[in-house]
Amino acid sequence: MSPDDLQALGTTLRLALASTLVLLVLGTPLAWWLARTRSRLRPAVEALVALPLVLPPTVLGFYLLLLLGEGGPLGPFWARLGGGLAFTFEGLVVASVLYSLPFVAQPLQGAFEAIGERPLEAAATLGAGPVDRFFTVALPLARRGLLTAATLGFAHTVGEFGVVLLVGGSIPGETRVLSIAIYEHVEALDYASAHRVAALLLAFSFAVLAVVYGLRRRR
Amino acid sequence: MSAPLDVSLALARGGFRLEARFTAPAAGVTAVFGPSGAGKTTLLRAIVGLERARGRVAVGEEVWQDDAAGRIIPVHRRGVGYVAQEPALLEHLTVAGNLRYAARRIRGGRAPEEAARLAGITGLLRRRPHTLSGGERRRAALARALVAARTLLVLDEPFAGLDAPAREALLADLAGLVRALGVPVLLVTHELGEAVRLASHLVYVERGRVLAGGPLPDLLARADLPLARREDAGAVLEAEVAAWDEAEGLTALRAGGLMLHVAGRHGAPGERLRVRVLARDVSLALDPPGRTSILNVLPATVAEVHEDPVGPCVLVALDCGGPRLLARITRRSLRRLGIVPGLRVHAQIKAVAVVAP
Repeated sequence: MSPDDLQALGTTLRLALASTLVLLVLGTPLAWWLARTRSRLRPAVEALVALPLVLPPTVLGFYLLLLLGEGGPLGPFWARLGGGLAFTFEGLVVASVLYSLPFVAQPLQGAFEAIGERPLEAAATLGAGPVDRFFTVALPLARRGLLTAATLGFAHTVGEFGVVLLVGGSIPGETRVLSIAIYEHVEALDYASAHRVAALLLAFSFAVLAVVYGLRRRR
Repeated sequence: MSAPLDVSLALARGGFRLEARFTAPAAGVTAVFGPSGAGKTTLLRAIVGLERARGRVAVGEEVWQDDAAGRIIPVHRRGVGYVAQEPALLEHLTVAGNLRYAARRIRGGRAPEEAARLAGITGLLRRRPHTLSGGERRRAALARALVAARTLLVLDEPFAGLDAPAREALLADLAGLVRALGVPVLLVTHELGEAVRLASHLVYVERGRVLAGGPLPDLLARADLPLARREDAGAVLEAEVAAWDEAEGLTALRAGGLMLHVAGRHGAPGERLRVRVLARDVSLALDPPGRTSILNVLPATVAEVHEDPVGPCVLVALDCGGPRLLARITRRSLRRLGIVPGLRVHAQIKAVAVVAP
């Protein structure tokens, strides 16, 4: 691979790692809430979380471009902060988090729901308060869901294209990721380079999914 | 005597209403007994705090819940050992890990080692819950509850789903264990035999209501409760071993003012035990039966006659100069013998079962 493509690989991995961390920190409490709430807001929130599954990535990318750019409705806010997030690495992280949220929140919600009330009730009678129960019972019992969520979130971020193209553009070392690199190689009719990067992504995605399904089988 | 467990709770859910008031003594087992679907589990969960009912719950000096005063202590600060009908062990920990989980959080319960010994699971400590059999799970959950039971131990159908040998072994162990426990025990069961074996007090629940509560022998000797209409209705007497007749193989028991003889050797002289005399095993005669194979024939006075609205039989409560006995006789016999309260009769006891040493 060319030095440019290696740089794109680095950017991709950094982006996926950062997004996955943010996704786990935000997605875990969200999934916990969704798994246990009786609020009437729940279906609406679930629908919002699932939206990226059905929307064309360009729709999400378009609105994010407006929201994160200085020319959009939040322009004055960004101006005060010293610049918008459009076409920056941070902007890409924000976009990836939203775009990959269902891939993290849904398996986690399923894992939390599968635990049921009984172990948590047992822990309560054993002297564990709500926060204690979450960390010492819910999280350990949902660990496979957590692993699935992290892997899918990571892999899905690596594989995104449309959102990245709109929000990030293709700034080397900042927002030029592997999927963009392939697109550019194909545009330039450099099929050999496109092949190398595409094959790498293909192999990576397969390996990730194989690991996820392998984990699901084990007790 | 003060009443260390004091419960007064109400809850409505769907078509089910729970309205329960009872007290239980500071030590020993109180059986919460009643037919399936009576609301026993819901009542226990409400006492433990896993179900939100309105009212008041106090254990000894601690008031766990008092809605009139706006007071509620969360479950995790109550120090209650709770074994659910299907015990929920923490599957990501070993058995020892489960016991330590409680020990780290609750001060004043039992040490894990002691709890494991009492529950008979010292050999299982390193195992993972999913490798345990049903009986082993029950015992592991019991050990864990002993660690947590600083103020109260609650057992919901601890024998449900166990095969006969496992059930008998656990029953025997529990009988020994609860006597030494310094906290009150609530035992939910729909098997009267289990209650008779383990409990000193009884709370009878039907359709979400506590119909009666008190010392178990008193409740079982009453002819007016639904308890008396059960096939296995009968009196339970607290007795003391008076003598052992080696030549004839009979043990003589003294219960209140009366003397009973049972086949086989039971306990040592002076030892206290509990015997059960089923109502269907007691028949009545107006004259002293001259020659009979029945060992125990007692003079008695008819205290009460309770009609059963459906069956062909009636229940007769008998005063035997101390504890009461129940006899189930047919309506025809009642009429023929002219049995009415105050009449002097002879109670012929066909069988006496020693239930608890």
